[in-house]
Amino acid sequence: MTRKRQELLGKGFLWFCAVVTVSSLLLVLAYVTLKGAPGVSWNFLTASPEDMGRKGGVFPAIVGTLFLVVLGIAIATPFGVGAGLYLAECVSRNSRLGEIFRFGIETLAAVPSIVFGLFGYALFVKALKPVTGGTTLLSGALTIALMILPILTRATEEAVRAVPVSYREASLALGATRGQTVFRVVLPAAAPGISSAVILGVGRIVGETAALLFTLGGSPLVPRSIFEPARTLAMHLYLVVLEVGAMDMGFATAFLLMVITLGLNLAVDAVSRGK
Amino acid sequence: MDMNRTSAVAAKPVVPQDGDVGTTVPQVASPRPNVTPPVREKIRTEKLTVFYDGKEAIKSIDLSIPEGMVTAIIGPSGCGKSTFLRALNRMNELIPGTRTTGKVLVDGINIYDPAIDLPTLRKNVGMVWQRPNPFPKTIWENVAYGPKCLGVKSKAVLDDIVEKSLREAALWDEVKDRLHSSALALSGGQQQRLCIARALAVEPSVLLMDEPAASLDPISTTKIEDLMAELRGKYTLIIVTHNMQQAARVSDYTAFLLMGELVEFDVTERIFTRPKRKETEDYITGRFG
Repeated sequence: MTRKRQELLGKGFLWFCAVVTVSSLLLVLAYVTLKGAPGVSWNFLTASPEDMGRKGGVFPAIVGTLFLVVLGIAIATPFGVGAGLYLAECVSRNSRLGEIFRFGIETLAAVPSIVFGLFGYALFVKALKPVTGGTTLLSGALTIALMILPILTRATEEAVRAVPVSYREASLALGATRGQTVFRVVLPAAAPGISSAVILGVGRIVGETAALLFTLGGSPLVPRSIFEPARTLAMHLYLVVLEVGAMDMGFATAFLLMVITLGLNLAVDAVSRGK
Repeated sequence: MDMNRTSAVAAKPVVPQDGDVGTTVPQVASPRPNVTPPVREKIRTEKLTVFYDGKEAIKSIDLSIPEGMVTAIIGPSGCGKSTFLRALNRMNELIPGTRTTGKVLVDGINIYDPAIDLPTLRKNVGMVWQRPNPFPKTIWENVAYGPKCLGVKSKAVLDDIVEKSLREAALWDEVKDRLHSSALALSGGQQQRLCIARALAVEPSVLLMDEPAASLDPISTTKIEDLMAELRGKYTLIIVTHNMQQAARVSDYTAFLLMGELVEFDVTERIFTRPKRKETEDYITGRFG
């Protein structure tokens, strides 16, 4: 075989891999759209489920998802950004302490979500029941906040480290304190990276199911406070398909989830490209 | 560098004899490399040594920098010019693995004393870098940043400071109609003058300039050099440059550094016409460097 043919063969193989990857993705998208899109109507979006979810809509799940996103992000962001800032500003990249922190965070990110679910169930639902009220939005949000902390911490650290040292020097040379430099120059410059991470965190919350089955309660009613149980769209999808057998409602919910995820990805793109 | 000795000297304005700073430039050659100028001393370094990872970047430098004058630090790449400059406002400390010994006295106070408040020192000893580094904020925000950090809150006061500083940096007329647009939209030369305005806004008494025109075109360079002439007298300017014509044009005193050591320090005119050390002569005539 000539070298030229080897080259062509190699390139052809890579092309094949790319085609398989893209077309399988398109297949999923197309299939879910075909099966789900017709089921999405105004009524589907605004009505409550009836007959265990065989009929009606997903309004409580939309509200539950929104609640959980806002609450989970509100709990996780201060700690995630704070920890990332600490790692970037106060711990040198190669120090022992930095390595320990980073290893811990990577491990946390790799823990299966069902394990987080079990942990959240044991701590927030059972042990802290007097505070959280059992399986409630609060328990679910605390559990999911733990899960998105690694994303926020890592992204904040990277974004802060990526801020040009010249900004820092310029600020310090003007007589600004270290704190002023961090909060007035470094953090604003790192904001696009941090915002992207927050949106990725939102995506994680929207898509999470396993951990929430343990902690959120799965109530089909619209939650009125953080001390009430709720369900998210992803949970609703699982519950209507596997416990009720309503495939059509499942696909409609799946389509809705896909559209939301796509929107979030576009948002990450727009934010990280800046301004 | 291709250096024409005669033209460099010709381009130099008459060595200034500015009355209001009480200068009389000594006309006789000092017998020692480290002359003590007969003007008030602004900064004095004593056995100033800076180590990077245990290696000496500058070695035991004793230098006395006169107030209100332009002092140029020249020397080949890697001779420690920037390290010396950054030692004067303790900027080297931002680089891990740096250690400084010896003393730097600013107005008689050792800035390496542990009791020194770094923000106060750096407010007093401002700095401008080779690459313009405005913040990704508006022009107004850039200039107002320093005063705001120092506690100025009134919008009217800040407006005044912004205008005064931009005028001082000869940038006001070019930007007065777009103070609230992004500083990053300015040209390189304008950005550099903005950085100078930003530094002046906190009313320093010393301005350190690390090759302030090295990344600019000739016209912008001329503007920066004119600006230095304007600022001379009110501020003590210390400028690192690898451009010897520039050193000859803008400075009153010149220090020549070689491999981390101070070779010669004297009135600029003398450095460029009658250097006492052979190394200095070799460098300024372009025999190496």
